[in-house]
Amino acid sequence: MTAFFRLVVRDLELAFRDGGALGTALGFFLMVVAMMPLGLGPDLNLLSKLAPGILWIALLLSALLSLPRMFESDFDDGALEVIAMGPLPLELIVIAKATAHWLTTGLPLVLLAPVLGLLLNLDLASAPLLVTAMILGTPAISFLGAIGAALTLKAKRSGLLLALLVLPLYVPTLIFGISALTNQILNTGGAGSSLMILSAVSLFALVLGPIASAAALRAQMQ
Amino acid sequence: MAAASHPGQEFCGKPPLLILSTRTSETFLILSIENLCVTRGERPIIDGLSFNVGSGEALVVMGANGSGKTTLLRALAGFIQPKSGAILLDGHSEDARISDACHYVGHLNAIKTSQTVAENLSFYAGFLDDTLSQAEISDRVEDALARFALDRLASVPSGYLSAGQKRRLALARVLCAARPIWLLDEPTTSLDQESTTQLASVINAHVASGGVAIAATHLDLGVGPARTLQLDQKARSA
Amino acid sequence: MASHMTDSIQPEKRQSLTQKFANPTRFMALSGQVLPWSLIAAACLISYALYLVFFVAPDDYQQGQTVKIMYIHVPAAWLAMMAYGVVAVSSFGLLVFRHPLADVSAKAAVPIGAAFTLIALITGSLWGKPMWGTYWVWDARLTSVLMLFFLYLGLMTLRSSIEDELLASRLTAILALVGVILLPIIKFSVDWWNTLHQPSTGFTSSVHSSMRTPLLISAVGFTLLFFSMHLKAMRNEILRRRVKTLTLAEVDRQSRG
Repeated sequence: MTAFFRLVVRDLELAFRDGGALGTALGFFLMVVAMMPLGLGPDLNLLSKLAPGILWIALLLSALLSLPRMFESDFDDGALEVIAMGPLPLELIVIAKATAHWLTTGLPLVLLAPVLGLLLNLDLASAPLLVTAMILGTPAISFLGAIGAALTLKAKRSGLLLALLVLPLYVPTLIFGISALTNQILNTGGAGSSLMILSAVSLFALVLGPIASAAALRAQMQ
Repeated sequence: MAAASHPGQEFCGKPPLLILSTRTSETFLILSIENLCVTRGERPIIDGLSFNVGSGEALVVMGANGSGKTTLLRALAGFIQPKSGAILLDGHSEDARISDACHYVGHLNAIKTSQTVAENLSFYAGFLDDTLSQAEISDRVEDALARFALDRLASVPSGYLSAGQKRRLALARVLCAARPIWLLDEPTTSLDQESTTQLASVINAHVASGGVAIAATHLDLGVGPARTLQLDQKARSA
Repeated sequence: MASHMTDSIQPEKRQSLTQKFANPTRFMALSGQVLPWSLIAAACLISYALYLVFFVAPDDYQQGQTVKIMYIHVPAAWLAMMAYGVVAVSSFGLLVFRHPLADVSAKAAVPIGAAFTLIALITGSLWGKPMWGTYWVWDARLTSVLMLFFLYLGLMTLRSSIEDELLASRLTAILALVGVILLPIIKFSVDWWNTLHQPSTGFTSSVHSSMRTPLLISAVGFTLLFFSMHLKAMRNEILRRRVKTLTLAEVDRQSRG
């Protein structure tokens, strides 16, 4: 457990020290949300109806930006080889790295989301629900994203490929993330079941992501 | 064909036991490679290689480019699944992975340029041996840096280091966590004569204290008495 | 335990059975014999189905002539999924049993599956225009088939963007297996999300037999066509690999003088 903890802390330190990544993601999030009213027109009623969808999609795209970095630098400079010699199985190493990715990308984006919601006339009362849904749903982004990041380590044009591979995997998270909020807005209730499914998808990603990513990393370290 | 030559099969590479030892392992280790075959795609890289190395031995793996030195070390480290044959570690508990007993220093230095020299080593020390306390880690890091003459650079961001200094930092890793078997792939790359001598003395001390060192190189390492394994260019299937 | 025993008692029989498929040379001989016949059978069945469709089967009392799209659309949709099954099983064979032909099979099935998926999407949208008044609706069935299409694209792109062929095939196989697990979940989530497409009636008795018979014949014909194309693509891939091996050997000989 100590080793796992040390790896997460080191990844967090490196993320903050290399900087840039978080700023880029947050800035991109802001930009995408800010472009939406320009494209859709400034109708506040329309915007507040579309706000959950816009926020979720913008969040997915922003999180995608930093995904390639999850394994890339450690793979390129040989650190992953040394880490693989340590006491942790590769699956746990992936969990540590995806956790660090979530803490440095997913969580800050989630915390920014209600603020950006103000730009879209999102009802303030639904902000807690938005944050809850996103906190439950975003781990899936990091853990399913780990699969794409691991598969495209040695690929040409890996950024675009990563988006192609990973975005379809985000469909369930997107659908239930949005339905948690739209149910609320339409007063049809049922946010609870959406939140439960959202958590289930994240838990599922927590199992599938490490197994598939570790297999992909193993194949590439040969 | 990979041919193993064993000058003095019976531990003649073992140095006199006078040296004060910081024993890395209590038990006597034998790493035995039996009829190892490793292929890359269809092409066999290592074909039917067998040898033993035991505690207190240094093995220098020599051979031309493409003769399979790196492949052999990576197979020992557990990165490559051999096609057939066995890698056995006697004297070590059955369930322990062989890679848990090994240090691997490959072509890449595994250095994070945004961390300082000491931070780099501290992480690897604490990660590779998670029983160490914070105080033990800093002791070991200090000692390792001193052995490779990097102590004055401890707080320098490692991005500022020269190629030779980076290589020494990578090698210093093997002193941070106690592991009996060292797998060193071309350890002397970009090292000057003095650093090479430092490395040789570190390896000698490790071997003298009952460790095993396996180094792939095409140059003379200057390590005390060592056995040599000559890998020849594999005749490719035509 | 028992199966192990029989394995060791009759090793010869077991080996010859697996070898038939495992050995590329044997596969080339076998598939070379099968291929013409399966192609002819596919052509006959599809022509017969088309004849029934245009000259025998009645128009739908609601849909009129447009119902004829069904005879292409349904088999294509079925093959889109079946081809993924072939890809998945082959990928499993590659990762677990390191079967030499498994990778060839997976690689060959992907573009064919993608083509059938595209055909299903296009015919579906052409059928949708007169039925639903629009070429595309974001209903559950269409969306999940679109995701399947993206997955096929991802498999092809991933393979082509990694130079080391051996590595590319392993990584593609991993992705294919991830897709197997995720497809039902994607499907389930979009089902839950929104649905307009009728539930699959394809081969059940709710379709009148005058329509069901040509549909069945068409489906069998297209399935045979799929397997013929798959065999042909596998043969091409094996030949391509042989050429590559020979070329590499030649380069090797030249470099050694």
